[in-house]
Amino acid sequence: MTGRARPALSRRLGTWLLMAPALSWIGLLIVLPHAELAMLSLKAGSGAPQGGFSLAQYRTFFDEPEYWHTFVRTAWMSALATFLTLCFAFPVAWVIAKVAKGRAAAWLFLACMIPFWISETVRTLGWMILLRQSGVLPMLLTRIGLTAAPVELLYHDSTIMIGLIYTSMLFMIVPLVSSLQSLDDALIEAAYDLGASGPTVLRTIVIPHAAPGMTAGCIIVFMLTLGNYITPTLLGGKNSEWFTEQIYTQFITRFNWGQGAAFGFLLLALSTAMVLVGLRLSGQRFADVMGRG
Amino acid sequence: MIPSLPRPPWLRAATWIYVAAFVGFLFLPLIVVSVFAFNDAPYPAPPWHSFTLDWFVADGSTSRLGLFHDSQLLESIWTSCEVGVWVTLLSVSVGLANALLLGRHEFRGKQLLSVMMLVPLVIPGVILGISILAFASRIAQFGDDSLGLDLGFLRPGLPLVVLGQFSYIATIATLTIRARLARFDRTLEEAALNLGASRAAVFATILLPYLRPALIGTAAVAFLLSFADFNTTLMLVGGDPPLTVLMYGRMHQGATPVLNAVSVFLMIASAALALAMVRRPRD
Repeated sequence: MTGRARPALSRRLGTWLLMAPALSWIGLLIVLPHAELAMLSLKAGSGAPQGGFSLAQYRTFFDEPEYWHTFVRTAWMSALATFLTLCFAFPVAWVIAKVAKGRAAAWLFLACMIPFWISETVRTLGWMILLRQSGVLPMLLTRIGLTAAPVELLYHDSTIMIGLIYTSMLFMIVPLVSSLQSLDDALIEAAYDLGASGPTVLRTIVIPHAAPGMTAGCIIVFMLTLGNYITPTLLGGKNSEWFTEQIYTQFITRFNWGQGAAFGFLLLALSTAMVLVGLRLSGQRFADVMGRG
Repeated sequence: MIPSLPRPPWLRAATWIYVAAFVGFLFLPLIVVSVFAFNDAPYPAPPWHSFTLDWFVADGSTSRLGLFHDSQLLESIWTSCEVGVWVTLLSVSVGLANALLLGRHEFRGKQLLSVMMLVPLVIPGVILGISILAFASRIAQFGDDSLGLDLGFLRPGLPLVVLGQFSYIATIATLTIRARLARFDRTLEEAALNLGASRAAVFATILLPYLRPALIGTAAVAFLLSFADFNTTLMLVGGDPPLTVLMYGRMHQGATPVLNAVSVFLMIASAALALAMVRRPRD
């Protein structure tokens, strides 16, 4: 073996040298910044002397209905968007993995990926042009006589929902397709031969087999939706009430870093909790899921 | 499909209608954005007037400012490119080092380190942004107060944007390069060493060429992700905004079709990059 041919010392040195970039990256950009954020969030009010710890920032969150309403709303809408994305993506993933053949499947898969090569800002611009009062869809609705005058389709919760589903689609389809592709067709055939109906096959064979992919997709989509900023703020306008916007307001607009840090930790806690619950439910390991995504 | 299965015609029809509607849903916004880049009207809204290239070429003399004369937009594209190049260089080199470290070396805490490397992907981008902002300004403050150093690059600005984007793109780079390295046949290296090659020569002539496709692919993905990043960038940006941040600001104010023109430009650039990637021979 090559490892034995070289002196152990130089091998150790090599390990240390290679470890330097990894440790600086994780230490200086992930661990220490989050420690700093934690300290900021636990600091007593800005006037207090150094070293005073308090939960005041977190208490403000619970005392101020505006804050926790936004938080709950963000969590709830993200969960709904994740579920709807799964429902809309599943049939398409099924077609790509099992129905379409060869080139058709490859083209369909590519078609699902292309929009995501283009930045979210551009896609959101498209939705704004489509949905705003002077936009394309309101004009069409008026023209075919469904509405008397153009209606405002932007700035509703359902608008935000459409935008969130749209922007999450790819992250659901990719893990779904890869988990469905590994399902042996013979299992489905056997079930049919034994007299199972379509829904039964779906419930007892397809979904259990695809569960890891579904979990991976849901974890990624929920996390990205929770942390999204562009889509809710642009499509929801003043009605967006998204939690990331609160963080921005506290941190950048009001320069209230303590409060912003506490909000950040609350969002991080929710995101982490959902990841852990998802992993627990499907009995998977973190590294496997991330490798799949 | 599995040929022996019963599939009634209505199900077959419904499947393809659904797929067609789905693809339509995916492409509708992109088509609309492109169409209104060429509409001769001051706002990107129907009705269609006539075809114009004003939103690309107008020089401001007709109260219209096209993309090629909008210096603010052009500068932001350049800023995004600069940031993208730095993020790409950093991510690919650190990703390569990480892949070699995890793939070839044994050390205490390896399991922990490899999990920690995945963590950035599950932290929302906004939080990566504010945590790095807070930590950097703490260091800048310390440097200022205790050492009398002016660490300006740790204040909001492009260096911090690069670090913020790198903090999670490095994970993706590590994963991709490591996956390729795992499939490498190490007997090739041993053969070269037995024949008297130095370790540096083996690295340069055997391992690096083998990893090249993964390195190039990672570079393309890193650049694209950096170009498209918004959440982390928004928290760390200083006076000169990259394209996504500038576009976001203008979209809030209700901008002219020049934004559609930029979008068309971005689509063409992404398509070119995608084609270049697809046409490269794969192994």
